[in-house]
Amino acid sequence: MPKVLSAPGMGRCIGCYSCMQACARMVYDDFSPHKSAIQVRTVGGMNGRLVANICRACPEPVPCVKACPTDALITRQGGRGMKFFKNKCIGCGLCVEACPVQVIGWDEEAERPILCIFCGQCVKFCPHDCLEMVDVEELPQWFSEDKHAG
Amino acid sequence: MPARDYIRVLYLDLSTRQVEVRQRADLSAYMGGAGVAVKLLSETIRPDLEVFDPAQPIILAIGPLSTIFPVITKTVAAFRSPLTGEFGESHAGGRIAYALSHAGYDALIITGRAEQPIYVRIHDNRIEFCDAGTIWGTDVLEAGRILRNLNPAPGHRSIIRIGPAGENLVRYANVNVETYRHFGRLGLGAVFGSKNLKAIVTIGTHHFPLGEFGREYRKVYAAVYRKVTETDLMEKYHELGTPMNLIPLNGVGALPTRNLQAARFEEAEAISGEALAEENLMFTRACTGCPIGCIHVALLRQPFGEPDWYHFDSSLVAYDYELIYALGSMLGVGDRQDLLMLIQESDLAGLDAISTGVTLAWATEALERGLISAEELGVELNFGNARAYRRAIRAIAQGETELARWLGRGALYAARRYGGQDFAVALGGGQGMAGYHTGPANVVGHHIGARHSHLCNAGYSIDQKFNDLSEKEIVDKLIDEEQERCMLTSLAICLFARKIYDRETVRACLASVGMPWSDEQLDELGRKVYALKLEIKRQLDYDPTETPIPRRFFETPSMKGLLSSERVERMLQAYRERVAALDV
Repeated sequence: MPKVLSAPGMGRCIGCYSCMQACARMVYDDFSPHKSAIQVRTVGGMNGRLVANICRACPEPVPCVKACPTDALITRQGGRGMKFFKNKCIGCGLCVEACPVQVIGWDEEAERPILCIFCGQCVKFCPHDCLEMVDVEELPQWFSEDKHAG
Repeated sequence: MPARDYIRVLYLDLSTRQVEVRQRADLSAYMGGAGVAVKLLSETIRPDLEVFDPAQPIILAIGPLSTIFPVITKTVAAFRSPLTGEFGESHAGGRIAYALSHAGYDALIITGRAEQPIYVRIHDNRIEFCDAGTIWGTDVLEAGRILRNLNPAPGHRSIIRIGPAGENLVRYANVNVETYRHFGRLGLGAVFGSKNLKAIVTIGTHHFPLGEFGREYRKVYAAVYRKVTETDLMEKYHELGTPMNLIPLNGVGALPTRNLQAARFEEAEAISGEALAEENLMFTRACTGCPIGCIHVALLRQPFGEPDWYHFDSSLVAYDYELIYALGSMLGVGDRQDLLMLIQESDLAGLDAISTGVTLAWATEALERGLISAEELGVELNFGNARAYRRAIRAIAQGETELARWLGRGALYAARRYGGQDFAVALGGGQGMAGYHTGPANVVGHHIGARHSHLCNAGYSIDQKFNDLSEKEIVDKLIDEEQERCMLTSLAICLFARKIYDRETVRACLASVGMPWSDEQLDELGRKVYALKLEIKRQLDYDPTETPIPRRFFETPSMKGLLSSERVERMLQAYRERVAALDV
């Protein structure tokens, strides 16, 4: 079963940025957490809560996939989220604009999107188990069985 | 950032608004952090001018491994201390190391004085001097809130700022870093205030590709990360945090109480790390790049209105061992709510908590002995009376009366004015003692340590670990440890992670990013940085062997029993001999 990223335990987050550093280091070959598909944020300064902006693995039709003029983005197995083929990407940035939760970043130098590849590296480097890889079937569904059938 | 053969220094002159970036290859031999900060201080400090002269520099420096390895989170500040008049060094976590590094600077040096209150905004290559007239006078939380609104970049932004205490030149004013961390102790906040500098906002968005280091760096990072998160080397910081020391230290009779009239506090249980964790702890937070998260944040509920209203002014207060000692046992405050209230009050004002506690403890005893009066301060102080202490903290931060302004110079200077130097428990020419009355290594360690911090050389730990050491052996251990820590802090490693960063790990981390330093070179670095600090202290006429140690330290039995002045004198003699033999 394909897995996607979720962040069910953000109440346990301490804001250490190990997840962002893991994504930058392991996926984007960079020291900088800017180059990370997961972005942890404080809401209301350090006194506030910590939140994670992550790819929500949209159901079909996946907006970034739909926006992609080449086949660089295709719908992932399981029907949620996307798969990225860097060599087909032309650097247009339409996927960034299309993301309904605005979590696709942009790499200015490489002119390529910074997006989740569902590899789970951030999960491995979270010291407080805030993050989890879950089966796509466990994601909340917006459509009812009836509607689907109808 | 690693693998550069130069140190990138941002020079700012607040008087002329001149901005300059220099790439200093010659500084690479000092690594970064404390090494680079101290070297830059030695180049720019003005021993001939008074501490608040605009020409005196503020230096901030990070290291080549800053925030790219776990728990390497510190930024080191160097300056001339308004509290002691001599060498000033202070370390803070938070997010400033990350922001400076990604803005592209290894060090920052600020001189001059702005005509009007300003804050400096560093956004990558763009440096701006922004008006701070409107926020002058705000406490550190309000200043932070307004500056966040003005400088949106959540998650990648550092805001360091002073409160009213720094603006009013209280000699132990601190600089608040990201709400929960501080450049504390030696009065950096007052240096900011003297320059009309309210805050520095740093936003760093540069990228640094791993390049050729990818493979090895990933491997070493993962190993260090596992060591931090999967071994018990840093457990105490992760669980109860630093306050876990309170009960053990009280148990062995090392917890300074009521101005060190005692070293055991009968209400220690009530303000212990355990009690705070069980009753008040809200959450823990981390500095950027640290998976431990030692910052313990408590809920403070202050009722208002009638008792049956159940209305509360609720706020969040970060606590640590030293704060509990200084504003708790040292002031005879054994109620958690009272303690948190005092921590909050001194924090909002931008005061160093340890010095505030030590100064108030001295003032309480001086009042009891009739050396000063309640009328002069505007409030009557008694050990345990937290409301009175809160009032006194405000008076000091605002410099409300002449006595309050003298208290704003610290316990030692106030005692020189009003009498009572015997019980002004400050060492090294004015630095209020930290919370360890463990024995001779602590007292002498504080006194000879370059920045007069218990963290210079960990004398408290030598007292606890060893028995039957000769005076010379203790002093050798203190100086060896201080030199090793000079090396670690030149990498800007948080000293809580000193057990993680043994030599093998330090070398592996450096090598993995293309910086193959040998053990001998690291030894040499520690010695060199230590010697340079001593050289600056000599220029500023500080000699610990000629600086008196207040009587109180010899009157109240420590964990090791009564300190003998002869033994301490022999230790200072051993120090004199060892330092004279140093190759500076």
